Amino acid sequence: MKIFVTVKQVPDTSGTVAVNPDGTLDRASMQTIINPDDMNAVEAALTLKDELGCKVVAFTMGPPPAEGMLRELMAMGVDEGVLITAREFGGSDTYATSQIIAAAIDTYGVEPEDIILAGRQAIDGDTAQVGPQIAEKLHLPQVTYAGEIRKDGDVLTVKRILEDGYMTVKVHTPCMITCIKELNKPRYMNIGGIFECYEKQVVTMTYDTLKDHPLIDKSTIGLLGSPTNILTSFTPPQKGAGMMLPGDGKETTDKLAGILAAKHII
Amino acid sequence: MDFRLTKEQLLVRKMVREFAENEVKPIASEIDEEERFPAETVEKMAKLGMMGIYFPKQYGGAGGDVLSYAITVEELAKVCGTTAVIVSAHTSLCCAPIFENGTEEQKMKYLPDLLSGRKLGAFGLTEPNAGTDASGQQTTAVLDGDHYVLNGSKCFITNGSVADVFVVFAMTDPKMGNRGISAFIVEKGFPGFSQGKHEKKMGIRGSSTCDLIFEDCIVPKENLLGKEGAGFKIAMATLDGGRIGIAAQALGIGEGAIDEAIKYTKERVQFKKRISSFQNTQFQLADMHTRMQAAQFLVYNAAMKKQAHERCSMEAAMAKLFAAEAASDVTRRAVQLFGGYGYTREYPVERMMRDAKITEIYEGTSEVQRMVIAANLGVK
Repeated sequence: MKIFVTVKQVPDTSGTVAVNPDGTLDRASMQTIINPDDMNAVEAALTLKDELGCKVVAFTMGPPPAEGMLRELMAMGVDEGVLITAREFGGSDTYATSQIIAAAIDTYGVEPEDIILAGRQAIDGDTAQVGPQIAEKLHLPQVTYAGEIRKDGDVLTVKRILEDGYMTVKVHTPCMITCIKELNKPRYMNIGGIFECYEKQVVTMTYDTLKDHPLIDKSTIGLLGSPTNILTSFTPPQKGAGMMLPGDGKETTDKLAGILAAKHII
Repeated sequence: MDFRLTKEQLLVRKMVREFAENEVKPIASEIDEEERFPAETVEKMAKLGMMGIYFPKQYGGAGGDVLSYAITVEELAKVCGTTAVIVSAHTSLCCAPIFENGTEEQKMKYLPDLLSGRKLGAFGLTEPNAGTDASGQQTTAVLDGDHYVLNGSKCFITNGSVADVFVVFAMTDPKMGNRGISAFIVEKGFPGFSQGKHEKKMGIRGSSTCDLIFEDCIVPKENLLGKEGAGFKIAMATLDGGRIGIAAQALGIGEGAIDEAIKYTKERVQFKKRISSFQNTQFQLADMHTRMQAAQFLVYNAAMKKQAHERCSMEAAMAKLFAAEAASDVTRRAVQLFGGYGYTREYPVERMMRDAKITEIYEGTSEVQRMVIAANLGVK
């Protein structure tokens, strides 16, 4: 039994966002963090590993420095990393990205008891599309917004947390589950794990590795193969600090009215 | 000297920094106020391998290095001096002497529990009349068949009331002076051993500091650590390593105070300007950072020498002397930059100033460090 976890490096929102001339994010030059929801997926995988003793493999697509993120996950307990990296994959939207990651997972090999976990959505694009699209392309059942996962044989019982209620779903493996922050609290790296993580294996999958897979075609990957295109990306201008007017009486409302009048708002 | 950290050391810093921010900082003020030992934090640190960082995996350690240990203590101390010294005393003063001087049987018996953090360690050298003059040990150990009988007391023992295993020094042959001192591994449950009064301290108030009392305490002969008469040498070598831990603690406290001062001075407005825009603030912070950066070089250098199994008495003494005095100076200046707010417990800098002071005193006062450095220079 294996658990695959898909993870993404995203811009650290506390830093500056850099944009390429084509409007896509310049990921290589930005401070990055591991996408928060993906950390919940990793923790879910490691919790199942603690219970069942299975192998956990993390997949990421990104520039070569993304290997550093895979090492951090290994220091938490992930057994192996797969780095999917190639110029041909650059600029992919969610459709193209899911084509490539699905091809990579399929190339690695999905067996009947395997589970694929993903974060619900990444904080840069906020689409929540890649996990479900990977499932569709691999023809696997999917359960989204998992707030609780239990495994009994080849059946998973997943509690979905939705906006207006809960839904409990049973699903057979192999399957895809997308995870939300309510699922768990991600663990820290372990000091012993840190000193082992550079001895663990990172498999690099390039365009050459995946080019013969049926999902990979120049017209379905990269910027050119992406049905959606980014017209422009920008950092929103910083809002100034707000003004607090203490008090709840007429004096305060008069003051507020005066300020609004001075700004010609009223 | 090459202070470029390895990938592993950078990850250790990142991991401990996150842990310190999320798990240690939120309760730092509370454990100081309540003088409460943070047992819950120790349990968390144990699970993450922080209680046996630079010891081999075969004994239950994390398989790391001494610099990673120093970085860990530094990062913890940035937010909580108490938590940092718990790790430092346990690691440097109990785990290290057993690892460096113990027989294979002693190592296999004690290290797995200590390095995994299932048990906590402490070190008993200081006595009411043997502080800076550690050679004046009055605790005695008399061999009686298959065990030693210890009598006497120790004071100011860090982790004293919460530790399970102690490395204790006692005079086995008073006629021999320093060479009559021996080291023992003492367990909390040994007959005749008890823990005495808890000290109420100025700083590091969450750490446990108490007396150890030996009244006809029975210590099995096989718990003699090293050879009979080798205790003083073991104590001094242990303190060389311990000083790196305390120097790292001082370093972190000073750096933590600078972090707080930068944050505060960028927010605080006086005379319609952020006080960070005043040249006095800028010069103060520049001096503070320069001092702590110099301290960091000394601490990391000593840690790397120890890792390389090189003699590091002088380097450890210089690191502790400089880092401790720098931390006291920097935290005092941080309180001044905060003004009246800095003097209140609403902000952490007064705690940092109180915590910094002890680093000039324990594991050898600054005066002792100067004696060690001068002796290494051959100045008599």
